[in-house]
Amino acid sequence: MDDKQMARELRAIVGDRFVLTDPSELRPYECDGNTIFKKLPRAVVLPGSTEEVARVVRLLAKNGIPFIPRGAGTGLSSGVVPTDGEVMIGLARMTRLLEVDLRNHRAVVEAGHTNLKLTQTVQDKGFYYAPDPSSQPACTIGGNVAENAGGAHCLKYGVTTNHVLGVTLVTWDGEILHLGGKALDSPGYDLVGLMVGSEGTMGIVTEVTVRLLRKPQGFKTVMALFDSVSQASDAVSGVIAAGMLPGALEIMDKNAIIAVERGPFRVGYPEGQEAVLLIDVDGLSVGLNSQAEAILKICREAGCTEVRVARTPEERGRWWANRKCAFGAAGKLAPNYAVQDGVIPRSKLTEVLAQVYAIGRKYDLTIANVFHAGDGNLHPLICYDEKVPGMVEKVLKAGSEILAACARAGGTISGEHGIGIEKMADMNEVFTPDDLAAQQAVHDVLDPRGLCNPGKIFPAAAVRV
Amino acid sequence: MLELNELSRANLESCVHCGFCLEVCPTYGELGIEDDSARGRLHLIRSLAAGTLEPVPKVLEHLDLCLDCRACESSCPSGVKYGVIIEDARAQLEEGRKRSFWDIRVRRFFMRGVFPRPARLRRLARGLRMVQKLKLDRAAVKLGLVRGRTAAMAAAARVPDRFGSDVLPDFVPARGARRATVAFVEGCVGDVMFGPTNIATVRVLAANGCDVKIPAAQTCCGGLAYHFGDLEQARRQARQNIDAFLAADVDYIIVNAAGCGSTLKEYPRLLAEDAAYAGKAKEFAAKVRDVSEYLATIEPAAPAHPLPLKVAYQDACHLAHGQGIRLQPRKVLSLIPGIELVNLPQSETCCGSAGVYNIVQPEMADALLRKKMSNIAASGAQVVAVANAGCMMQLRLGVRQYGPEVEVVHIVDLLDRAYGAEPAGGRN
Repeated sequence: MDDKQMARELRAIVGDRFVLTDPSELRPYECDGNTIFKKLPRAVVLPGSTEEVARVVRLLAKNGIPFIPRGAGTGLSSGVVPTDGEVMIGLARMTRLLEVDLRNHRAVVEAGHTNLKLTQTVQDKGFYYAPDPSSQPACTIGGNVAENAGGAHCLKYGVTTNHVLGVTLVTWDGEILHLGGKALDSPGYDLVGLMVGSEGTMGIVTEVTVRLLRKPQGFKTVMALFDSVSQASDAVSGVIAAGMLPGALEIMDKNAIIAVERGPFRVGYPEGQEAVLLIDVDGLSVGLNSQAEAILKICREAGCTEVRVARTPEERGRWWANRKCAFGAAGKLAPNYAVQDGVIPRSKLTEVLAQVYAIGRKYDLTIANVFHAGDGNLHPLICYDEKVPGMVEKVLKAGSEILAACARAGGTISGEHGIGIEKMADMNEVFTPDDLAAQQAVHDVLDPRGLCNPGKIFPAAAVRV
Repeated sequence: MLELNELSRANLESCVHCGFCLEVCPTYGELGIEDDSARGRLHLIRSLAAGTLEPVPKVLEHLDLCLDCRACESSCPSGVKYGVIIEDARAQLEEGRKRSFWDIRVRRFFMRGVFPRPARLRRLARGLRMVQKLKLDRAAVKLGLVRGRTAAMAAAARVPDRFGSDVLPDFVPARGARRATVAFVEGCVGDVMFGPTNIATVRVLAANGCDVKIPAAQTCCGGLAYHFGDLEQARRQARQNIDAFLAADVDYIIVNAAGCGSTLKEYPRLLAEDAAYAGKAKEFAAKVRDVSEYLATIEPAAPAHPLPLKVAYQDACHLAHGQGIRLQPRKVLSLIPGIELVNLPQSETCCGSAGVYNIVQPEMADALLRKKMSNIAASGAQVVAVANAGCMMQLRLGVRQYGPEVEVVHIVDLLDRAYGAEPAGGRN
């Protein structure tokens, strides 16, 4: 099928305006939030409904044309970057909130519905959608499902998979399937669980049934400043050891603090501050004060230089807005950044961070660290300028060494950003060829002809392309 | 290849492609096309500047569709000044751009021949008023000479009986003890279309202890020319205004239109390379205040007349995003006894007015207006308070086309009424 005919048939399904084929117009679709890997898709098509997605997929599958689903393109592992002539199926027009069932704490959204908007819609009624990736103002719930997205508050509330109960899936050949439902656990195999985190390699999720949670009765947010990241990490271990389960335990190091303080969402942290620890405790109002007191004590014992509880919801909001802007504010350090997503046992934080800093020195790269300390989920932001020759290669090497260090410490290579293209080779750090073959076999059942977002996740795919 | 200036290059370098600006971009919200988002446009501009993309018509279309509302700036973690970049890119691209003979003529006529020339603008407005009085406009609609949206726009844009400048003298003294000496910016379209609001603004300032000077030598702020990439013309107007207002020797320069205020505050950037005016531009800009910004810093006189109304405030893009002014207009409204300020969903999203956007991009402007009107209906407001002439015109058009039955007025109109003014200057 030639390009012209394909475009004509796609236009017949979704309308003229929503098929892009001119290479100049495809340019903004060449990458996601990770700007290292770029490639133009063959075309972009933006369907407006599940039915349209299915018709588009049927057309493409019939002609053996591979395709990539894309939400808002805020991903960080190049999971929506083409490898060779894929058609991109953008879900950004499918933003409807299909159903809100507050009595049963459920909502049904189309895949392009943005994460934060769901919370904004139901918060007046005292509810919210728990997974809160930092990109939540822009990222889509469909994308969250593809990556099994996490977020600062997943320490207590779990990641996306713990909040998704059902999905509507358009299979590789354009069939519409409804998996799971509104019940907490559906009989049979957990196919919904299989879909969450499948990175678009098993079909396209077009509708999602999610759990809504009651907003906690109260919050206490503690901010503590430390002279070193290791002291902050000690405080984190102390809080967990004391038997508490905060909503979030977040650390930013010196470079990350510089970035956010240079941006518009500054808090006013002292210049040259080595580490900031943010701790959210939430739940029934009763007992929150004593928890906050205990946390203050633990922070002081760990050697903090300043510690206090947010005085107002606005102050809490400012602290969190600042933290959640850390990735975007990396632009205040350098024109580009690449963020790693390694996970390590919490007890190894100090040790692995020392290695991260050493890798930065070795390659002469600025690395800013902002991480979900409670989960041991590191986010080293490697800052660089892509215009400097040889820089990208250096960044990729440094990134892989950091992930290898995480794997050696008994951790793994991704907590919430997915593998995409970026971490394909690093899969070998944590899986044997047999492991990978088993996963590939599962994949092949659902995508027998390799049309669904090919060239992702499996290191062998890197060779195949 | 697109040669961006240093300031926009620096801003572009700070964009790390995070995408926080996607959801707040009105055109992306409408279409879901990345090329029509702030991040997408920056990506296009970056490619143009790198020489890896040509400014083909398809690319220009996406850049043209930008409202320049700058909502993206408010959401950016790196503080990228998107407006700086898109305005620079548009100005550079304009040079090599093929436009039709008539397109260029019409633009030139308005940008250079009408807006900066008050006498000519007033003559045109008088002509339009006469047409409206004689109901020739309605006749034209009936005869089918004017149709659809143009007809609705013409009907919504009634020229009031008096222009601000017909009534306002060069100087209005403070009532009571003098607090400050200020100069008032009349605006071009503001003067002829919203004279009563200008009169109300001056009255409110005087009531709050301001000696108000209205320099006769002032002209249109140049914002329209600026946003269309006609920098030469914009600079000419900026210099004229700087001369006129600095000569008035005042504490503050007060403006009641968000778009104009934003442009006036940007004169230092516009004239950065003008050795004779760079310094004066900074001095000028430091004195510019939006009227609500100024009122919020003083203790305004307490209004005596309650207005028992449900009021929604529509943030003007160039106030909220352009100048970071969000709380002050609400504070001014809350001074008025009886007013219940209701929440307007998505109050910070552009209504589609955006200068002359509603004329050059009618389809998108209309889609945004429709969304805005449905949010206004949901708010339950009886009155929508605005802070900009363009928003006022657009929302009145919205009332006419889509309902709901709300009154659209400027904040100072309400304050003026609460101070006891009959709508004496005549309703707008």
